[in-house]
Amino acid sequence: MATILIPTPLRQYAGGQSSVDATGSSVSEVLASLTSQHPALKNHLYNDEGRLRSFVNIYVNDEDIRYLDKEKTAVAAADTLSIVPSIAGGAA
Amino acid sequence: MSLTAEELERYSRHIMLPEMGAEGQEKLKNSKVLLVGTGGLGAPLGLYLAAAGVGTIGLVDFDTVSVSNLQRQVIHGTKDIGRRKLDSAADTLLDINPNINIVKHELALTSENALAIVGAYDVVADGTDNFPTRYLVNDACVLTGKPNAYGSIFRFEGQASVFATEEGPCYRCLYPEPPPPGLVPSCAEGGVLGILPGVIGLIQATEVVKILLGIGQTLAGRLLLYDAMNMKFRELKLRKNPDCPVCGTNRTVTKLIDYHQFCGMPKEISALEVKAKLARKDDFVLIDVREPHEHQARNIPEATLIPLGQLPQRMLEIDRSKLVIVHCKSGMRSAKACTLLRESGYPNVLNMTGGIDAYPAS
Ligand SMILES: [Zn+2]
Repeated sequence: MATILIPTPLRQYAGGQSSVDATGSSVSEVLASLTSQHPALKNHLYNDEGRLRSFVNIYVNDEDIRYLDKEKTAVAAADTLSIVPSIAGGAA
Repeated sequence: MSLTAEELERYSRHIMLPEMGAEGQEKLKNSKVLLVGTGGLGAPLGLYLAAAGVGTIGLVDFDTVSVSNLQRQVIHGTKDIGRRKLDSAADTLLDINPNINIVKHELALTSENALAIVGAYDVVADGTDNFPTRYLVNDACVLTGKPNAYGSIFRFEGQASVFATEEGPCYRCLYPEPPPPGLVPSCAEGGVLGILPGVIGLIQATEVVKILLGIGQTLAGRLLLYDAMNMKFRELKLRKNPDCPVCGTNRTVTKLIDYHQFCGMPKEISALEVKAKLARKDDFVLIDVREPHEHQARNIPEATLIPLGQLPQRMLEIDRSKLVIVHCKSGMRSAKACTLLRESGYPNVLNMTGGIDAYPAS
């Protein structure tokens, strides 16, 4: 089971949890396991065409999957996936 | 400019650092740093950079101090409520260090003014709170070759990095596109732990000083994530994206663009939609920029009359935190008013198309 770290803005769609364990041997499988546990996340991770949204980056450990094998990137049980969306707050 | 006797004493704890010395302190004195925003992140940035002896600090802000700012914007005090943030911040910084020079830019950064302003500084620290300005600051920094000490916060979580160095990635390498409006809540909607911007702002300040002195390893190429709730720092690798539209090999963005449009923010709303919003009692402000005699002849009762000519003086009557919809007779004057409001830092402004002529009689 890989661990997925859920960022603050998305925790409300993951039952308030900051991390979720999910099965799968690739990024797409692990994310499918995540969204089947928490269906409300789906719309926030994927666009209508089913592609990962461009303001949501996925990391396996500390590497951006865009520079690995994208969603086919292999995931081992000891790996940690991070979902890192853009946040803009600062002044207000 | 070399250091005075008072400055040698004031900065003695810096000067005894072998990595800094009097030479490094002089570098800081001759440096210019632009702080975009004097709010949550800008407050600690300003306080510590002023104390550290950064010779010129430029401040960009157009807001006034309100009581709900004071939970985190420690550069302002209770006595400053209602004052311009620029004045309040400058007073605090000059009290800490009268040797420095504060440049006040009372405006919102726009595609028209950003290159000239950013170009006049050595390093930028981005502490804004909206995506259009984030992308504007990034692109202006890349185009002028100025490093950007980046920080961003949400509730209990923060991000920091250094963008737009010669070799390193930029904000667009990390996030090519902004989220559509409404999908990601702002701090004003989502709340923020008041101490959080202190932590992130001081990470930005540390990076600014290191960049100015050319010492240490900056966050260029790394994204630092801070989780206050679990008190965890994590680090992710950032790469310069060869396909980045602004810093990549085949760049398509070679000048500043319309960042409201880029961020998918509509600029117009139909008169019918406005009527529906009023019927639903949605939370927004409706401004009529026609002349009093036109208003007398026919008006929308919920609208506030501020003739276009009076708008610059009376702008403070309009609540910046709300959606502002502007109308006139046919949509021309209100379009001008919308531009004026956006340039004055109103983030959420819509022009009612067709004016009151298109508004259905009840
Ligand atoms: Zn880039």
